[in-house]
Amino acid sequence: MEVCRALEQGDKEEERILSDISSSLKLFERKRSNLIPLLQMIQKRHGYIPPMGMVLLAQHLDLSPSHVYGVATFYNQFRFNPPGKHPIKVCLGTACHVKGGEIILENFERKLGIKAGETTRDREFSLDRVACVGCCALAPVAIVNDKVEGHMTPSKVEGIILSLEIEKEKKKREADKDDTE
Amino acid sequence: MTPNDNRSSIEKEYASLREEAKLRLKRLRETGQPNIYIGMATCGRAAGAIETKEAFEESLFKRDIQARIIPVGCMGHCYAEPLVLIEQSGFPTICYHQVTPGKARILVQNFLEGGDPCLEYVLGAMQPNDMLPCVTDFPRFGMEKRVVMEHCGLIDPDDICQYIARGGYAALVKALKMQPEEIIAQIKTSGLRGRGGAGFPTWKKWTIAREANSDRKIVICNADEGDPGAYMDRTILESNPHQVLEGLAICALAVGAEQGIFYIRAEYPLAVEKINNAIKAAREKHLLGPNILGSGFSLEISLFQGSGAFVCGEETALIKSIQGERGMPQVRPPFPALKGVWEFPTVINNVKTLASIPPIIRKGANWYAKIGTEKSSGTAIFSVVGDVVHPGLVEIPMGTTLRELIYDVCGGIPGRKKFKAVQIGGPSGGCLSEQFLDWPIDFDSLSEAGAMMGSGGMVVMNDESCMVEVARYFLDFTQKESCGKCTFCRIGTKHLLDILEAITKGEGTERDLELLQILSEDVKAGSLCGLGKTAPNPVLTTLRFFREEYEAHVFEKRCPAVMCRSLIAYYIDLDKCARGCDACMGSCPVDAIFTTKDRKKSIDQSKCVKCGECVSACPPEYDAVRKVSPPDRIPPEIVPQMEG
Repeated sequence: MEVCRALEQGDKEEERILSDISSSLKLFERKRSNLIPLLQMIQKRHGYIPPMGMVLLAQHLDLSPSHVYGVATFYNQFRFNPPGKHPIKVCLGTACHVKGGEIILENFERKLGIKAGETTRDREFSLDRVACVGCCALAPVAIVNDKVEGHMTPSKVEGIILSLEIEKEKKKREADKDDTE
Repeated sequence: MTPNDNRSSIEKEYASLREEAKLRLKRLRETGQPNIYIGMATCGRAAGAIETKEAFEESLFKRDIQARIIPVGCMGHCYAEPLVLIEQSGFPTICYHQVTPGKARILVQNFLEGGDPCLEYVLGAMQPNDMLPCVTDFPRFGMEKRVVMEHCGLIDPDDICQYIARGGYAALVKALKMQPEEIIAQIKTSGLRGRGGAGFPTWKKWTIAREANSDRKIVICNADEGDPGAYMDRTILESNPHQVLEGLAICALAVGAEQGIFYIRAEYPLAVEKINNAIKAAREKHLLGPNILGSGFSLEISLFQGSGAFVCGEETALIKSIQGERGMPQVRPPFPALKGVWEFPTVINNVKTLASIPPIIRKGANWYAKIGTEKSSGTAIFSVVGDVVHPGLVEIPMGTTLRELIYDVCGGIPGRKKFKAVQIGGPSGGCLSEQFLDWPIDFDSLSEAGAMMGSGGMVVMNDESCMVEVARYFLDFTQKESCGKCTFCRIGTKHLLDILEAITKGEGTERDLELLQILSEDVKAGSLCGLGKTAPNPVLTTLRFFREEYEAHVFEKRCPAVMCRSLIAYYIDLDKCARGCDACMGSCPVDAIFTTKDRKKSIDQSKCVKCGECVSACPPEYDAVRKVSPPDRIPPEIVPQMEG
């Protein structure tokens, strides 16, 4: 599914990413055991692994694209759609679960209109579930823009999204103002 | 060179390293400047340690005070993060808890400048003294026995000198002078069992690999900690990576390997960074790399980042993933100790196992064997979370009872609630009820009780946690993480999950309870690796010890803990609700609360998502929001009547 959707998009951004991938691949040895490190490298540089990137990788390592796809989808680390500008991760480790992490995730889903693992259409927010982030004493926890927000509540969810939206609005207004000047 | 010359040259080289390290630390202390240690492992950072550090820096600069800020790892006291230790001449080392940026500024102003140690923020002094109570008087510190985590949170993980000055790498030096068989014999006497969960005797694994006939052998440190709720491996790697590195080097020496691999989850970027730094530092000091300390023994260590698949904690799956394949477990034998990565004999040990090795070699196998119980020697590390007063990482001798751990060390259940269950061992473990509180914690007792040491995750639950829901949660996890190789694990766990979901929604039948039992046993019997073999444990133990809860869900459509959201309802007690108060209304994320004719509030059940936000929003003096299960227990007089 993801593959088809992303292939249809085929925007310029992806072309740029693909050319970057093919040039950085050249620096790595063509051995099979490099497959996972290379997938990690692509994800680190671009935040996700575009489907065509997997094809390039397969060519580089002389493997079938289906093999690369099989390995990449096996592991939770890899994502195949671009992350949002504001990545949101909700911890669903055991302690957070006991303290209502699901409810927090549900509130984010409702507020943003996307499910866990997806990105909003405007690519502003992406929502993911993560296993323990290791601050169980602060449960339930969410990570918004790499900042840990402890003791989450549904109203805090609204507060966070509202403040991010206000910020965006403010920036837009300032940009407009600059333009008119 | 004769062996004797060799030995003395190793000693000499290490002695000079040690001297250099001690001298460096002495110089740091002599300047008379205060030292500020800030816990900066992932957990500390999550609690705001970076902001605290900035506040210290800014405040010191503003007041023109010379002090040294030393970022250290984590002591495991999560409830007290960010934790700060201050060394100031004329005072014992003082430990401060929950140091927010505000407190940091006050500490600089009042303590470092004014000489008042701010007793209101103190957790305790680190050494006995006649000025302040010592942290060891506090059971959370005093009842612990730190072997693996001895230096965690007290030294800078990026400064190898701090580890060496405290006796670090002395065990490696001692091991370099021993015969490999002697090292293994020591480990055998110590009784050390693998800390990855199953408790396989470490010496046996090493012996198999030692005796394997191959010119190339590999040792691996397994830091693929995937259990949701366990984070001790990460903490150890972030706080004292050298102890693990030293353990891995001794392991390589004992089995005759010259290649080591750290397998760390990519989700642990800080641990990856710390290990990389540690490998580099150790190489510079000739404690790693070719011809270590002139002994002729060489070891190269590389790092492999695991990509987050729970099953890769299993040895054969881990090997597959290093080889660039899907991490699927393989049939054993051949055991990895005979045929592992690229078919070479491979020893895979958990972080805690390896970190236990240096103290064993340094202080002697008999010393270690005396800690803990006869069959499970040494210490166990648990991440105790959930409903306890002092959550965090706890290192206790094996054989400590659950009651001591939960009530004495971790301070019991907060808020006058009742203990209900403790979940031990994460997705592979089980839920134990109150009757097990006096059982000792060790490998065999826990297995006998139906739980498992597992990764050491421990979740304490009070009477507001639903056992069916907890079983469902863990099944949901293992079901997603099943690699798909064995039919029973792949499909069996899915069916188990479906049944559990139905029960939590009140759609379960009597037959389902029977099916759960049968299916659980089949999944256990029909799976190849530990994941499938232990996945039904949470179901089986809850069925055994909390059967009445399952029955309440099935027969009465009631959740006794009032937790399963399909089986509960919230309503507002009109006698208690205050006229004109809007607190709940503002907090409701779905606008399900409306005002009634007499200006009180009521909940529209068709809109309510049962998040419980109104309960926390309702001012405690009114305390008007009630939770009931089953939903039809809402008193009939609470009929929604819209305003006007």
